[in-house]
Amino acid sequence: METRTTNWRSAGAFFSKYGIYFAFVILSGTLAIYSPAFRSLPNIKNILEQISVNGIMAIGMTLVIITAGIDLSVGSVLALSAVVGTSFAQVNDQGTQEHTVLVPIAMGLLVGLGCGAINGILIAKRRLAPFIVTLGMMTVARGFALVYTKGRPVINLSDVYDTIGGTSLGGIPLPAIIFFVVLLLGIFILHYTRFGRYVYAVGGNELAAKVSGVNTDRILIGVYALTGALAGVAGIVESSRVMSGPPAAGQGYELDAIAAVVIGGTSLSGGVGSIAGTLVGVLIIGVMSNGLDLLNVPSYWQPIAKGLIIICAVLLDKKSKN
Amino acid sequence: MTAQKEKMLLKMEDVSKAYSGVPALKNVRLELARGEVHALMGENGAGKSTLMKILSGIVQRDSGNIFLEGEPVEIKSPKAALDLGISMIHQELNPVRAMTVAENIFLGKEPCYGFTGVVNRRKQRELTQKLFREMDVAIDPDKTMAKLSVAEMQLVEIMKAVSYRSRIIIMDEPTSAITGREVARLFEIIRGLKAKGIAIIYISHKMDEIFRISDTITVLRDGQYIETRPAKELDHDTLVKLMVGRKISEMFPKREATAQPEVIFEADGLTQQGVFENISFKVKKGEVFGIAGLMGAGRSEVMETVFGLRQADAGTVKIYGREVRIKSAADAIRHRVALITEDRQLKGLNLKASVRDNISLVSLKQFSRFGQFLQFKKENEAADAEIEKLRIKTRGRSQIVRTLSGGNQQKVVLAKWLLAEPEIIILDEPTRGIDIGAKAEIYKIIAQLTAQGKTVIMISSELEEILGMCDRVIVLYHGKITAEFERAEFNQENIIKAAMGNWAN
Repeated sequence: METRTTNWRSAGAFFSKYGIYFAFVILSGTLAIYSPAFRSLPNIKNILEQISVNGIMAIGMTLVIITAGIDLSVGSVLALSAVVGTSFAQVNDQGTQEHTVLVPIAMGLLVGLGCGAINGILIAKRRLAPFIVTLGMMTVARGFALVYTKGRPVINLSDVYDTIGGTSLGGIPLPAIIFFVVLLLGIFILHYTRFGRYVYAVGGNELAAKVSGVNTDRILIGVYALTGALAGVAGIVESSRVMSGPPAAGQGYELDAIAAVVIGGTSLSGGVGSIAGTLVGVLIIGVMSNGLDLLNVPSYWQPIAKGLIIICAVLLDKKSKN
Repeated sequence: MTAQKEKMLLKMEDVSKAYSGVPALKNVRLELARGEVHALMGENGAGKSTLMKILSGIVQRDSGNIFLEGEPVEIKSPKAALDLGISMIHQELNPVRAMTVAENIFLGKEPCYGFTGVVNRRKQRELTQKLFREMDVAIDPDKTMAKLSVAEMQLVEIMKAVSYRSRIIIMDEPTSAITGREVARLFEIIRGLKAKGIAIIYISHKMDEIFRISDTITVLRDGQYIETRPAKELDHDTLVKLMVGRKISEMFPKREATAQPEVIFEADGLTQQGVFENISFKVKKGEVFGIAGLMGAGRSEVMETVFGLRQADAGTVKIYGREVRIKSAADAIRHRVALITEDRQLKGLNLKASVRDNISLVSLKQFSRFGQFLQFKKENEAADAEIEKLRIKTRGRSQIVRTLSGGNQQKVVLAKWLLAEPEIIILDEPTRGIDIGAKAEIYKIIAQLTAQGKTVIMISSELEEILGMCDRVIVLYHGKITAEFERAEFNQENIIKAAMGNWAN
């Protein structure tokens, strides 16, 4: 009897710890069985492309949340990066582009990096709450995107710019490859560098990190700047996929990124989390909305399903910690 | 039987309490008569505040009995304590500053018009005035709390306790923030309370006050009841002996004289407005230099300043005779200074991270190629070596620090700093909240460090520890150095006197 209880308990602990991975396998398996369309190669490519923008932002968000922070501005920063970037990728009346494709990419990245750095400086140096700072940046960046475009999408983009979102390499869509590279970079930074270790140290106990000689301000600024830059990357990918720079792009994306991170087991109180978990979180959100589409579930049901999954994930997480 | 019932207002018997397995009170008793001022004495950590928290319903006892006028009572919450007539005036006052004096006194029991729930402000003011007249207090009931002095706020708190028809008022360090004249005023009020039959439990470290105001004195030590005696039968020295008690046990390792003539550290005139003032001392290489004093005397603040966590308004620090400017912990680490902070959970550890990640944190650069790319093998080996050297009881380097015992957590903090190979190691209350065995081990580590030529500066509130380990000691009181003793002149009474501010030297 005794051993049986223990076995059950350890099985429960095992399931709690890796539950989110099981959930993903069960979700994908079920969909694959019931929907031939789901398991078709074009659809898998489609899913990979669909998750790439959220995935790129969720990697940055993982770092931010490990520092016990939050970044609500990534959706708006995506839009600002997209409109500024695409404005350098427009073709003129003669149908020729004025800059090489590297210019819009660099501009998009710089805008994202700049917004992120401002977030980081206000949070680290002025000791403002991340929620407030990034909430402010969320509206400011959205406002600038509207001002910059007078509210109209940036159109007439060069064909070269289109290749970012429109090509495939070896059958894999380029956005998915960009996401994959960002993913590997995220794993490397977070788990294999001193910077990454300090990210955990700051999130776990900022005061103790400071006493241990860690320049906590620099870590925080770095994390927010990186997250901003990744929102810039996402902006480039997104605008290239839709072949325009709409100032209204990316609305609500911050919540999807946060949801992916939380589903992946990263704790909002900081100090704990992983990129691998976030990947699963991104996949679950992507597979679920794709699957619900294919099963002809009315799209109004999707946010309900997403919300329930987030709450279940946090419940599971809490259980595994007790 | 009835006569006895009448005599004792409060009886606490065999009260015990442990916090997560660490006993804070062991079979303590306290008897309180009507209308007496009963002083509760003991060193920091003796159990005074735990006992008072039990009496005022903030924490629950593990075992023991409490009788109020002979009736057994359960005090399950601060509200229950108030209902039983037990009030506590905390050291830190927390009035609602934006409200008036009268509103504060009647907070939660406002007189209303019938059952309307509308406050009868006129009646509230009149009741306050009546109360103040009775107790001879001259404060305007309509004044906003924020405009009162600390002493006045305290009087309002006491009046509030009286308005609850309290039978027992606990005062925790009531004179810590008020002037001599205000103390005299407070004592008048206390005498007035006595005359009304209210009993006062008075906690203070100030000996002269204790003898001025108290009728009876109970001494606690290490969570145990030592003695209760009428104040008249005690003198200053006897009381100190009762508080300090036993002989220094065999916990402390035999230390050779390791101090070298060279001065490795020198503080000169360190001042931070309102916190500490003109702190100057010299530490020799290889010695254990003690900083004694009561909590709140400014000891931790001085060392945090030395370590760059706070900035001094004036004064200099020299290491190896050269003036250094330490503006951050990183600067201090560069000068080979380590600080093991008082509160390991708050400032010492990342409880959510592994033993290894904590140990390597200060020295992480050493384990990084090009200063950035972690070399796990080197890091793991170093962590394992420290775990073994300090005999940290853990399932392995990947165990999360939160799950370790207090003593082992403290060793992880030590390991983290020793790995950085500091020359000067500042220990702030290095054995607080850890068990005897771990304490002895930490003393042994300190002895080993000085034998290797390292220098230790140790802040401690535990006299035993100071006496057992230090070569020299300075004593702080209210942010000033009141005395300095060489090992030959160590004696407990002198240090206590200096820590309480009455060392004339």
